[in-house]
Amino acid sequence: MVNTAIPTESPQLESALARVVEVNANVVTLELEQGNLVKNEVAYLAVGDQSLKAEVIRIQGNRADMQVFEDVKGVRVGDRIVCTGELLSVELGPGLLGRVFDGLQNPLADLAQTHGFFLPRGIYLDALNRDRRWTFTPQVKVGDTVQAGDVLGTVMEGQIPHKIMVPFDQPHRLAVSFIQEGSFRIEEPVVHLQNGSGDSIRLSMLQRWPVKVPLSKDMQDRRLVERQYPSEALVTTIRIIDTFFPLAKGGTACVPGPFGAGKTVLQQLIAKFSEVDVVIIVACGERAGEVVETLTEFPALLDPRSGRPLMERTIIICNTSSMPVAAREASIYTGITLGEYYRQMGLQVLLLADSTSRWAQALREISGRLEEIPGEEAFPAYLDSRIKGMYERAGVLRTRDGSVGSLTILGNVSPAGGNFEEPVTQSTIATVKVFLGLTYNRAYRRAYPAIEPLISWSRYLDQLQDYFRTHLSPEWVEKVKFSLELLKTGDTINQMMQVTGEEGIPLEDYIVYLKAQFLDNAYLQQDAFDDVDASSPQARQVQSFLLVLKVLEAEFKVATKPDAYGLFTKLTSLFKNLNYSVLDSSDYQRYEQELETLLDQNA
Amino acid sequence: MIEHTGILEINGDIIKIKAKGVRYGELATLNNPNGRTSPAQVIRLQGDLVTLQVFTGGQGISTGATVRFLGHPMEVICSDNILGRVFSGAGQPIDGGPDLSMEPQVEIAGPSINPWMRVVPSNLIRTNIPMIDMFNCLVESQKIPIFTVAGEPYNELLARIGIQADADIIVFAGMGLTFDDYHFFWNTFQSQGVFSRTVMFVNMASDSVVERLLTPDIALAVAERFAVEDSRRVLVLMTDMTAYADALKEVGIAMEQIPSNRGYMGDLYSTLAFRYERACDFKGAGSVTILTVTTMPGDDVTHPVPDNTGFITEGQFYLHDRIIDPFGSLSRLKQLVIGTKTREDHGAVANTMIRFFAGAKEAEKKQSLAFELSDTDEKLLHFGKLFRERFMDFNVNIALDDALNLGWKTLAECFSPEELLMKEDLIKKYLPRAAAAEDLEAEITVAEAAKDVDLVEVR
Ligand SMILES: Nc1ncnc2c1ncn2[C@@H]1O[C@H](COP(=O)(O)OP(=O)(O)OP(=O)(O)O)[C@@H](O)[C@H]1O
Ligand SMILES: [Mg+2]
Repeated sequence: MVNTAIPTESPQLESALARVVEVNANVVTLELEQGNLVKNEVAYLAVGDQSLKAEVIRIQGNRADMQVFEDVKGVRVGDRIVCTGELLSVELGPGLLGRVFDGLQNPLADLAQTHGFFLPRGIYLDALNRDRRWTFTPQVKVGDTVQAGDVLGTVMEGQIPHKIMVPFDQPHRLAVSFIQEGSFRIEEPVVHLQNGSGDSIRLSMLQRWPVKVPLSKDMQDRRLVERQYPSEALVTTIRIIDTFFPLAKGGTACVPGPFGAGKTVLQQLIAKFSEVDVVIIVACGERAGEVVETLTEFPALLDPRSGRPLMERTIIICNTSSMPVAAREASIYTGITLGEYYRQMGLQVLLLADSTSRWAQALREISGRLEEIPGEEAFPAYLDSRIKGMYERAGVLRTRDGSVGSLTILGNVSPAGGNFEEPVTQSTIATVKVFLGLTYNRAYRRAYPAIEPLISWSRYLDQLQDYFRTHLSPEWVEKVKFSLELLKTGDTINQMMQVTGEEGIPLEDYIVYLKAQFLDNAYLQQDAFDDVDASSPQARQVQSFLLVLKVLEAEFKVATKPDAYGLFTKLTSLFKNLNYSVLDSSDYQRYEQELETLLDQNA
Repeated sequence: MIEHTGILEINGDIIKIKAKGVRYGELATLNNPNGRTSPAQVIRLQGDLVTLQVFTGGQGISTGATVRFLGHPMEVICSDNILGRVFSGAGQPIDGGPDLSMEPQVEIAGPSINPWMRVVPSNLIRTNIPMIDMFNCLVESQKIPIFTVAGEPYNELLARIGIQADADIIVFAGMGLTFDDYHFFWNTFQSQGVFSRTVMFVNMASDSVVERLLTPDIALAVAERFAVEDSRRVLVLMTDMTAYADALKEVGIAMEQIPSNRGYMGDLYSTLAFRYERACDFKGAGSVTILTVTTMPGDDVTHPVPDNTGFITEGQFYLHDRIIDPFGSLSRLKQLVIGTKTREDHGAVANTMIRFFAGAKEAEKKQSLAFELSDTDEKLLHFGKLFRERFMDFNVNIALDDALNLGWKTLAECFSPEELLMKEDLIKKYLPRAAAAEDLEAEITVAEAAKDVDLVEVR
């Protein structure tokens, strides 16, 4: 199973031989001795008895630069390189869910078993277990014609019916000449397909796909599958997101914020509670400890929708900050490719990347070593197009069997100094449809989640109007906009008070300010560490928001500012307690009743 | 072994020479005609042109010097015999003690830890500094810097925590240390009786910046070895990480790399993270905890060094004006120990006190602007004063449970039980009797309705 020798997995591909001529940290320049070079092909660099994986990223004459995915200590000029001709690829098939891989899809648990505490270089294990058996149920029969992306059969992967499909780049229509039902290992052939001239190919449940090539691109160009406009909300159960800045299935979103503002905690909550089929967490250049928390927690938590451990719907790509930087660049693409694969089965997939800034920095580090002409803050000129290209892989897709899958991408951004005027944040904001800006100010006040409502936005609030009207309430969007407006007014009044003191503003303004504070404290803020409040499902949100609106729309008859203050303190306290109570429990009903009474008495 | 001659270029601390068969990262010895020798390390290969950085610096190197390549990467001595010893920033003994040349060596900057082999941190490290123990706990295997400014007693704080924490081994790394500071640490470790379980690596302010680049790696390699092989609980103290980052900047510029932000290279984050991420609680073995000092030029937390550090570490202690600021400080691991490894009331008392202290600061602001002050404001002002004296003062030294009791006492002195908005059972159990007894019965109902977590914060 341990694969330290140079692999010969793709004999049909040409391979080339080369030698090292320069070493500049993990960028190694080679000189070709035999064969042809392919841009972005995988190469293996031999150091002693180890061989280090690398990717050819720039070709100039018979020289080429490659980024090595490992520490290059000990490499000498003249060391041998074998180029495989194959693009950097991942394995696709049953057995991905519930697993933890590094950025190149090395399974970390298996590596720990074979190599202990550290990640030795030059060790590449199979991503998918070769011995495990899966029960394959055919969906086509001998004589049927199939083409790229068609479903050949299914296996149950935990709760998920995992579709085995015709390779996505298969250019021809083919006839099924053999198919078998039963329990197989992923490398065993289960189907034979034949073309017109009688040549046959054998397919197993295992496929490979190059990570930097969108998986459905070819099928889309051939009109085999169809990209659709996002039309449904993705429910995260975080109130401020779902109500005010909603995500869409198949959409894109970003969460920029300074360090410590709560980006990671927010993503962990979204990973836990979102109503989707598959969650892919890409821990890209951040802390290993955070992944360990997820790893420890998820197997013990149940997905409320399936009743199964959360880990069963989760894949973690873990290329944390001390792991090689070139593999960090690859890790996001690895995650996205796995996401596209599950979307192709008609599933709703959510990909969370923490943090895309680290990925961009990986691009910058490599670019610097290649001595490319730098752009702003030394990022390469192609940063913007890379960011756009990455998010563009999200989307809704009608697949070959008519099912509709989606891939939603939410990326954290870590701007230097918390200043959003920097290249990664700016390019990202120009790309995504939802901007959830975390600020130091809110985090400092412990107003979690620290999403600043005055700067955040979601294009889906308008785009998904029909969905909100039919699923939530007829005037939903108008009411949300009204509330956002109130927050703005409240903020203006607050700023005035900073100058004049409370005594300097009229009572009506003071009440508007208190209403804005109430909305913030009672609804926008949510306690991540409370079992009940941590997650507010859609139905509950609708109830809550309508109740909040009653307060916001009420005309209060209070005489003085201290009276008003006292009243809103009570309202907020009651509402917070309501948030902490199980929906429709006796406590819930009691608090709701008390709120209504208090409102009636004062409005 | 071949002596290579013909140095082609000397630029800063970097030299170039022609040689064949040299390995990337390999260690070399440079022999100057005047008899001086220095270790050097290969940092770039271009055909047969080899670039090396010289640990003792470029000053005084002759083009007539020779270079001998040693065929292995940088290593450091590591065994129990290094405890109680002092080494240079490049790992050479400098205390005149017994010879260690036959002791085992370990590679520095080895492979990174498999995340799978980490466990979730769960042990509290008690420092007897209430601003840490009570409000931002230090947890075993945490990586956390002290963000501070020149002139603050940050080295005292670092040493104090080092001594107080009951670690099996202390590994100290000084980067760009002045002699006075070095002497302070040495003296403190000696007089407090921890020297026999301490090893010091010191790169002095007058030592070369290239050597400075090695010092953290050397200290961490040693710490990691003790944790993994001997299951020891190791505390690494490093000061000053800004001097380290500045050394990176200097060498980067000498290498003609393109800086990304205020002269620092684009890989500053990765470089720092590669070091800090060695903090680890190893599954079935020991642990490495990393506490550092990061001085912030101009007290600016958005400066690239503290900024990149904050994105890497698990919180920070913010030391300014001789206090550990409760708001600017954060321990991201505190929730792993509060209430489970500490007393049940810990979380509630800490949250309540911080809430009131925030209120006190607001009231102080009002006071300074000559706005009207309410009764509550007056109470808050009183609380603010007591809080500063009893908890924030730099010299307070008090065990956690005593600090919690003092917290209750202070709350009782300033507020009525219902103003605390805390759970009834906690108030009953912990609020000092005299202050609470009469009011309690009547007010319990109010407190009951409220949760202790960060309640109503209307203003
Ligand atoms: N929703 C929340 N509820 C309570 N506390 C929170 C919440 N979000 C964040 N925090 C607190 O803030 C700390 C930092 O949060 P987090 O790790 O998510 O920050 P971050 O933005 O990811 O920072 P970095 O960019 O450095 O990774 C947490 O450890 C926790 O103490
Ligand atoms: Mg984070």
